Amino acid sequence: MKLKTIASAALFVAAAAGALITAPASAQDKVQFFPSLTGRTGPVAPNATPFANGYADYMKLVNARGGINGVKTLVEECETAYATDRGVECYERLKGKHGGATVFQPLSTGITFALTEKIPADKIPMITSGYGRSDSADGGVFKWNFPLIGHYWVAGDTVLQHIAKKEGGWDKLRGKKIAVVYHDSPFGKELLPIVEERSKMHGFTLQLLPVPAPGVEQKAVWLQVRQQRPDFVVMQTWGVMTPTAIKEAIATGYPREKMFGTWWSGAEPDLRDIGAAAKGYSAVMMQHGAEPNSPVAKEILAKVHDKSQGTGPRDEVGQVLYMRGVVGAMLATEGVRAAQERFGKGKVVTGEQARWGYENLNLTQAKLDALGFKDVMRPVSTSCADHMGSAWARVHTWDGAKFTWASDWLQADDQIIRPMVRGSAEKYAGEKKLTRRPPSDCQS
Amino acid sequence: MFYRENGQFKTTYRSDLQIFPIAQDRIGVLLLLAFAFIAVPLMADEYTFRAILIPFLILSLAALGLNILVGYCGQVSLGTGAFMAVGAYAAYNFLVRIEGMPLLVAILMGGVCATGVGVLFGIPSLRIKGLYLAVATLAAQFFVDWTFLRISWFTNNSSSGSVSVSNLHVFGLPIESPLQRYMLCLGFVAVFALLAKNLVRSAIGREWMAIRDMDVAAAVIGIRPMYAKLTAFAVSSFIVGVAGALWAFVYLGSWEPAAFSIDRSFQLLFMVIIGGLGSIMGSFFGAAFIVVLPIFLNQALPALGSLVGVVISTALVAHVELMIFGALIVWFLIVEPHGLAKLWSIGKQKLRLWPFPH
Repeated sequence: MKLKTIASAALFVAAAAGALITAPASAQDKVQFFPSLTGRTGPVAPNATPFANGYADYMKLVNARGGINGVKTLVEECETAYATDRGVECYERLKGKHGGATVFQPLSTGITFALTEKIPADKIPMITSGYGRSDSADGGVFKWNFPLIGHYWVAGDTVLQHIAKKEGGWDKLRGKKIAVVYHDSPFGKELLPIVEERSKMHGFTLQLLPVPAPGVEQKAVWLQVRQQRPDFVVMQTWGVMTPTAIKEAIATGYPREKMFGTWWSGAEPDLRDIGAAAKGYSAVMMQHGAEPNSPVAKEILAKVHDKSQGTGPRDEVGQVLYMRGVVGAMLATEGVRAAQERFGKGKVVTGEQARWGYENLNLTQAKLDALGFKDVMRPVSTSCADHMGSAWARVHTWDGAKFTWASDWLQADDQIIRPMVRGSAEKYAGEKKLTRRPPSDCQS
Repeated sequence: MFYRENGQFKTTYRSDLQIFPIAQDRIGVLLLLAFAFIAVPLMADEYTFRAILIPFLILSLAALGLNILVGYCGQVSLGTGAFMAVGAYAAYNFLVRIEGMPLLVAILMGGVCATGVGVLFGIPSLRIKGLYLAVATLAAQFFVDWTFLRISWFTNNSSSGSVSVSNLHVFGLPIESPLQRYMLCLGFVAVFALLAKNLVRSAIGREWMAIRDMDVAAAVIGIRPMYAKLTAFAVSSFIVGVAGALWAFVYLGSWEPAAFSIDRSFQLLFMVIIGGLGSIMGSFFGAAFIVVLPIFLNQALPALGSLVGVVISTALVAHVELMIFGALIVWFLIVEPHGLAKLWSIGKQKLRLWPFPH
């Protein structure tokens, strides 16, 4: 009897498996496939969901505009819940689907590290805007990685520039104490080299305060802040860790005006529930911020949401992390457009060809404005040596209900970051026994 | 009628002592090995290798190691993730710090280091038992997490704390393609499974089981609890450490301590409980259940939805996957508290009578 139930259950499972295999492939020909690794569940769900929605919506907008020179985009999602092993599984699942993946954007530093080892063999590029390996900006070593529009060190450098400007110059920081509250993982630690470098240059002391993931328990950390009274707190946090940190800061009485988040630590889901109490909290934004009035956001509302094709809630369009998904999708499709210029307009490009596109991206202000990113972004231009393309950032401040710009455009100091990137990339190449790409390889 | 020992006469002590006393079992195991070594490589595609078979094999190995400790010796441990981490980081350090270190030796040395740490954290088991021991082994988890996050020497001073390996070679053969990775893991798993199967029916294995069933009685009949418990910790941690090194080197390629978090410890403990405590086969069932089922559900749900014309969102799939998975765990534990391995042995009992049951 018992066996019979189990046998019938097994039969059902087998039948479902059969259905899975025979399920008709929904892909029509001539689609450019963009896999999307999402974090719609798990510890970062409030933040990663708008990103995934923005990514999907912009791809729909591209199709509504007529595709990439006629080639339609196709997005398929796979849920990672921010776990590295599930992310690797998703990568393996999606990389060969629908004619081959164009580019991956894993939205997790852990997954980025794991995939960095796999993508050269599979010949699929990976865009990691603002996360992943900072040293992968060195295209001479990291042929397939593209930390487009900035990485942790750009964010760290610009946020310190902003603090210095507020104080009236770098020399005013001498003798000051800056605490860094960071996610105790590669994501958090990647920020440290730049703040350590700047602290050596300008003579401020650092107080490093690691917070174990997922970061819902921070009492001990903020007790240390309370005891040591640092002059500023820089936060490298993500997901539920950010609102927890701000709430703890409120409980300890640490002024929000002296707290500065990096790129991942200053979005609406982090602050909305705290509301007015979080007023004065700032975060550095590489390129875009919250852009509800940007042309692209309006166009998405008109061409996607008004046709009830929107992926997420309507009021999310234009929020910080939604825009990050939009910008990510725009970079992904514009790279394909650049690749089409070389490999044939109106053709589906392979991952390998798309890589060339990302390496030779030249988004001028005119092009960005035409795409609807007027006042959202500044020009991005990549090369064989520079896989980042731009180092522009601004700082925005929470006024209790929304973000307002608190600084003009800042640019990370290339004189400091370039040697750091190169040194770290050389170290990686040494460990892996890789040789730097010869100039001839740049044409391929 | 066909599957029974009647008529298979043992004429020597050797034949009486062999691992699988029934001829059909021997043939079955040989067929299984042949299937895994020959048929699977011919049939499986890259996705199956990389996303299903390799994690399944490695976590089976880890569950096997844990089963020796929990299932055979009765010492509940929540430090499995930590011992995996020790194996992974130790193997990494042997590989990068010693020029020309062979991969297999590095992985086995990772296991040796895990043995040392395992025995160290096994010492409290001499005084504390059951759930209290589980809590004590949690210390290993937190201590090891802290060590690999804070002491940068272990991560070769990597600024992000993440380490990676590549260009792996075994006897001059590269371990690059999915098939090569699979074969490496399969080799380890086959050897260790046979060793473990042999070990648990030896004198030491019987000592473990005696300790598990009643430690006072075991001590009275002359079994040294310290020796039995610590050897169980040692053997278990060794296998778990090797599995950790494989998980890091072969499956992930690049990892951070979060890959061996407390979640991993729980996951492995669930594998052992659902698969069947005190059963080598059960470790494989448990690993299959916990590794393969969520991935299967994750892919089957949208396909099932599309059959009936419903588009299921990614988030909903993830939630439903967890719900069904949780419900299945409860269901299996209710219908068969002794784990999937018990179902297997019930099946074998029925097979003895088949096709003429009483």
